[in-house]
Amino acid sequence: MSAILEMSGIDQSSSAVAARPLTVIIAGNPNAGKTSLFNALTGLRQKVANYPGVTVESKSGEWAISDDLPAARLIDLPGLYSLDATSLDEEIARDLLLDRGRMKADAIVVVVDATNLVRNLYLALQLIETGQPIVVALTMYDLAERSKLKIDIERLSAALGVAVVPVVAKQRRGLLELAHAVLNVGFPQEFQPLRLVSGSVQDQTQADHHTRQSALIKRYATIERIVSDTVETSDGSRKNLSERIDRIVTHKLLGPVILLLVMLLVFQSIFSWASLPMNLIANVFSGLADLVRAYLPAGIFSDLLTDGIIAGVGGVVAFLPQILLLFLFISLLEDSGYMARAAFLMDRLMRAVGLHGRAFVPLLSSFACAVPGVMATRTIENPKDRIATIMIAPFMSCSARLPVYTLIIAAFFAGRTVLGIVSLGAVIILAMYLLGIVVAIIVASILKRTILKAPAPPFVMELPPYRLPNPANVGRALLTRSTVFLKRAGTVILSISILLWALTAFPRNQTNQGSSASATQIENSFAGRAGRLIEPVIKPLGFDWKIGIGLISSFAARETIISTLSIVYNVGDNSDDKTSSLVDTLRNAKRADGTPIWTPLTGVSLMIFFLLACQCMSTVAIVRRETNSWRWPIFMVGYMLALAYVASLVTFQGGRLLGFS
Amino acid sequence: MTLDSIPHDIRARISSVDSRNAHGLRLMEMGLVPGAPVRVVKAAPLGDPIQVCVHNYHLALRRAEARSIHVTIEG
Repeated sequence: MSAILEMSGIDQSSSAVAARPLTVIIAGNPNAGKTSLFNALTGLRQKVANYPGVTVESKSGEWAISDDLPAARLIDLPGLYSLDATSLDEEIARDLLLDRGRMKADAIVVVVDATNLVRNLYLALQLIETGQPIVVALTMYDLAERSKLKIDIERLSAALGVAVVPVVAKQRRGLLELAHAVLNVGFPQEFQPLRLVSGSVQDQTQADHHTRQSALIKRYATIERIVSDTVETSDGSRKNLSERIDRIVTHKLLGPVILLLVMLLVFQSIFSWASLPMNLIANVFSGLADLVRAYLPAGIFSDLLTDGIIAGVGGVVAFLPQILLLFLFISLLEDSGYMARAAFLMDRLMRAVGLHGRAFVPLLSSFACAVPGVMATRTIENPKDRIATIMIAPFMSCSARLPVYTLIIAAFFAGRTVLGIVSLGAVIILAMYLLGIVVAIIVASILKRTILKAPAPPFVMELPPYRLPNPANVGRALLTRSTVFLKRAGTVILSISILLWALTAFPRNQTNQGSSASATQIENSFAGRAGRLIEPVIKPLGFDWKIGIGLISSFAARETIISTLSIVYNVGDNSDDKTSSLVDTLRNAKRADGTPIWTPLTGVSLMIFFLLACQCMSTVAIVRRETNSWRWPIFMVGYMLALAYVASLVTFQGGRLLGFS
Repeated sequence: MTLDSIPHDIRARISSVDSRNAHGLRLMEMGLVPGAPVRVVKAAPLGDPIQVCVHNYHLALRRAEARSIHVTIEG
């Protein structure tokens, strides 16, 4: 009698059933093919959510397990090596597997990599010991066959006491047999040698070191015995191929060079290749806005639609090309196995600044844009390392800061060279980038020593054999990431866009139309009043209330300061070259007493402010999403603002003291 | 001898693992158990971490962690 159907109350005598859907959990080592199997079983019927309160994602999907039954609910757990969890990911997986979580599984499918039996069987053994209904899915079976690994499936199954089903997910082999095995799963046969440890597994996880260690050693001894009984030795050809590739990829000199080239490729794609589709999207949305303006009567509603909603949505969608490109590369690098090598090469450097080797790629990506960079930190397993990386990602000068740097340089540092060769402007930009990195390193060390302090987890990391990435998996990952971004981050960004539009649009300027209308509107709006309000506070930084308005509105998106300043300083609405006329305006802006408002020192102070402050609601939204709480994004905005203020203050006042004006 | 000090490409076998802390258990769970055949493949460009081959798969670990693993050389 099938235990699983019995438990779920399905009346097996009738074929028309109104049964509750089964719940099946998939567990297994990382890199064992769990995701491929999950994708093959669920197709596109997947969804992603966060486990409550933590940053770990849960993936569930529908598995059409049988024609007669409703689709089973398939839950994909984070990969784990053992039930003795060391990371949050593993703890969550462990709790669910031990039935402590809210979800009671009807069956557990343990994914075991056929080319890596010894270690994979460790988790399988622990799970079998728990006495729950288990089926072993033997993945990578085609690779095993190809490297002439002969596994006696029946003997293995008898030795373990559970059904063992070979599968090749990407060729869809073995899936029906797996469904059949799950539907017919019983409880593990009473197999004495596997009752290795006394007491339940729950007791074990609290047990002391000694007990756990002896259990561990006993299990491995059992595994060695089982494997030598059921497996004929392989020639390990696939492994040798990987080792040969590694001779170049992790070579002392070539390794870093290759890594540099790969990173340049990723960077280049986010920086420039994405700009074409991004411009396309921007044009589509501004075209849409023009359409609305043409067909709707002028007024509040039309403005809300064009400047608030369409601009807001357009701003969100504009990120998609960068996110898709970055995640395309990340999926390819991760699935092929290269990512682990990159972490291997960078770990020593990253560790010197308190970060994990896997922080390298996300931080580098943040030089183009922090939004996909923050999303990329999910490859860092340790939650505290991950949050530390997220907190400093915005210091990597993103592409949105460049217009600001360019404006200031054009206004006050144009045409000068350093040592007669390099332009001063290029040197300044390089200095800003380097300053950002230095600040990031310092902040990371402080964070890791204080609020993110945690005992360093063991680094030990698997270097999986190189594999050709599966296009279906990559495609699915892209689809998931973009949907997540649009749904979660998108809603926050849109709300803040509308809010900021309202701040600049109200109270309405009733008086005149004409070229100075927008300037007057902005001056008298809530944002304008706020600018005047904060003027005393920003005066020590060298800013006046007009810059204040710019600061307030640019908290949503940095680049908007260019257009805000243009409006506030009354640079003509129709000027195509806003920057150059703005440059002239800034140079000539004078106070009532004739002294210039804008000086090179003011410019530098503003650049430093923009370097350090978090002025990007998209980043805030994505940090909220990835950390699953408002605590961290608020902290991030707060500490970065404080840092920016102090740095600007020191720069401006210090500069004055030193005699610069 | 410990795993961080043996030469590359020499076959060895793990004799014991210092497991006074959770790190040791973790290393063992990943397959670095007494009795397992092990071989140091290479070190990262800056000398740390090292790549080892155990039970026919590859792991990277820091030298400090490798110091907890005692091995005997087989030849």
